[in-house]
Amino acid sequence: MPPLLQIENLVKHYKDVQAVRGVSFTVEQGSCFGLLGPNGAGKSTTVEMMEGITPPTDGKIIYHGQPLGDRFRHEAGIMFQTTALQDFITVRETLDLFRRLYDKTLPVEELVERCALHEFLDRDTRKLSGGQRQRLLLALALINDPEFLFLDEPTTGLDPQARRNFWELVHGIKREGKTVILTTHYMEEAYELCDKIIIMDHGKIIAEGTPQQLLSQHFSDVVAVLPATELAGKELPMPVIKNGDSCEIVTRNVDQTILELIKAGVSLAHLRIRERTLDDLFLQLTGKELRR
Amino acid sequence: MTPIPPQRTTFRFKHFFAVLTARNIEFFRDRAALAWNILFPVLIVAGFAFAFSGEQIDLYKVGVYGEQSSDKEQQNSFLDTEHIQFIPVTELQPAIVKLERHQLDMLFDPAQKRYWINDESPQGYLLERILRGTDATSKFSKQIVTGKAIRYVDWLIPGVLAMNMMFSALFGIGYVIVRYRKNGVLKRLKATPLSALEFLSAQIVSRLWLIMAITTLVFAGTNLFVDFAMFGSWLSLFIIFTLGTISMISLGLLIAARLSSEELAGGLLNLISWPMIFLSGVWFSLEGSPTIIKQLAQLLPLTHLIDGARAIMIDGANLIDIAPQLGMLTLMSVVFIAIGAASFRWE
Repeated sequence: MPPLLQIENLVKHYKDVQAVRGVSFTVEQGSCFGLLGPNGAGKSTTVEMMEGITPPTDGKIIYHGQPLGDRFRHEAGIMFQTTALQDFITVRETLDLFRRLYDKTLPVEELVERCALHEFLDRDTRKLSGGQRQRLLLALALINDPEFLFLDEPTTGLDPQARRNFWELVHGIKREGKTVILTTHYMEEAYELCDKIIIMDHGKIIAEGTPQQLLSQHFSDVVAVLPATELAGKELPMPVIKNGDSCEIVTRNVDQTILELIKAGVSLAHLRIRERTLDDLFLQLTGKELRR
Repeated sequence: MTPIPPQRTTFRFKHFFAVLTARNIEFFRDRAALAWNILFPVLIVAGFAFAFSGEQIDLYKVGVYGEQSSDKEQQNSFLDTEHIQFIPVTELQPAIVKLERHQLDMLFDPAQKRYWINDESPQGYLLERILRGTDATSKFSKQIVTGKAIRYVDWLIPGVLAMNMMFSALFGIGYVIVRYRKNGVLKRLKATPLSALEFLSAQIVSRLWLIMAITTLVFAGTNLFVDFAMFGSWLSLFIIFTLGTISMISLGLLIAARLSSEELAGGLLNLISWPMIFLSGVWFSLEGSPTIIKQLAQLLPLTHLIDGARAIMIDGANLIDIAPQLGMLTLMSVVFIAIGAASFRWE
């Protein structure tokens, strides 16, 4: 099967900024594709070009073997990072407005059911909470029963519970075989949802693969985590990374490290061994924390 | 190089009506703006109707028809009366119209010993007594005209309605579209199959019918109390107001075509609306102002709307009489819409 979207050497120059400097990748049908990167990496620009919102300076976007066109607009579902909705109209009226813009639409009841909109269906869209708003925006993205969905940082600013709920909705969408293109600030989210991710920085792709592939490619070690107070004033033979209240020791040989810690007189009562995460990978690749 | 998705210019009524409905709902739910739209003109009209209700003109105005003898002895002694302003009149018909509107209190033709008065004017009655008293020997023939006085409020109403309409059109279109661009409503719509043509026409039509409905309502409502002078046809008045509203909406559209700063848009809209308030003759006539001011006023759509509407209401003009105004408004609308639509950006 040909890829759903094929991106070839995409470039975007603004006046004096080269926001995107030649990125190429493909999005397979039915996959969840994650686009990660620190602020200013060019991921939003890339996604906006893929959405047909921003014209590229150079490069190609091929959808089902053809350039973006009217078919694309009818088959794409888009959830922007920040979307304002028209003032003074209710959730139901907003759904109605958008339904009338498409030829093929899902019934309102189904959208309401799926995105749990019952309780605020007749509320002015300005009076929704963050989570309710994101659910409405997702419903708008789903309104034309799209082939694929763009979700641009869909859970930024949501509390953990609302984020979990949102992930459940995305899992449901994936189960239907729809393609999802996701940008996020949360590595945990990418790990939970994405089949394939690319990491961008300075307008270029710096890593690409499944989350597992990326981790095993870049890491063959684990991290020992101890409270910072336990290590205070202790002489240790290995490098220690201070991270807030805790200290991290990266190691390929856990047995060896633990012996050395005991020898140095460190209490292991609060020792935790963790796998490397996408956060570590991100930090290593970009030299930046993803989340401040 | 990827072909950029072209600006869609399709037009489907389904899309058009979807946006139209949403905009109409928004208009009626925005109670503050709605109340302002209705109250503002009513308050102005009520204020002026009240302020000028007790107006008394101390000076009596008599139009004197025909060549006046330069010889004081030959002149009718009525013309010597103090505290009466005698205005030479060369044409009879316009002077009679002025008499009907109470702009003259009497029309006097000494050569043929005849005079006209308006039977609804107490001044006319008094002047008649004075004339008879100062020249009891002559046999005068009396002719009566009827007609109500043209008050300031009659003159003002087309201007006030037009000004209210201008605010609603400029800010309701210009400001709102810029806000929608800034906060991303337009961007979200751009990602749907909606075309710019569908979106913009829905904006224009929604504003147009709402403004016309409100203007009609305000006019009809205040007319109940003030009973405005109306010498022309209601249809002509409706036509020039519709055309004027379209020109104002197009001007708003032109300003909103690309801007994404509400502050800049607000400043520009004020920059355009304030000169119109003062130079388009809303409050006072520009007759007698410097030529440059009059020429400047011709560039403003509001001037043509107000001139046309006043000509219909006060002078009883028909559509042919106000063809220049209709033409200018049409021309301005076409130019504004063409530039505005061509340069429109969703973002």
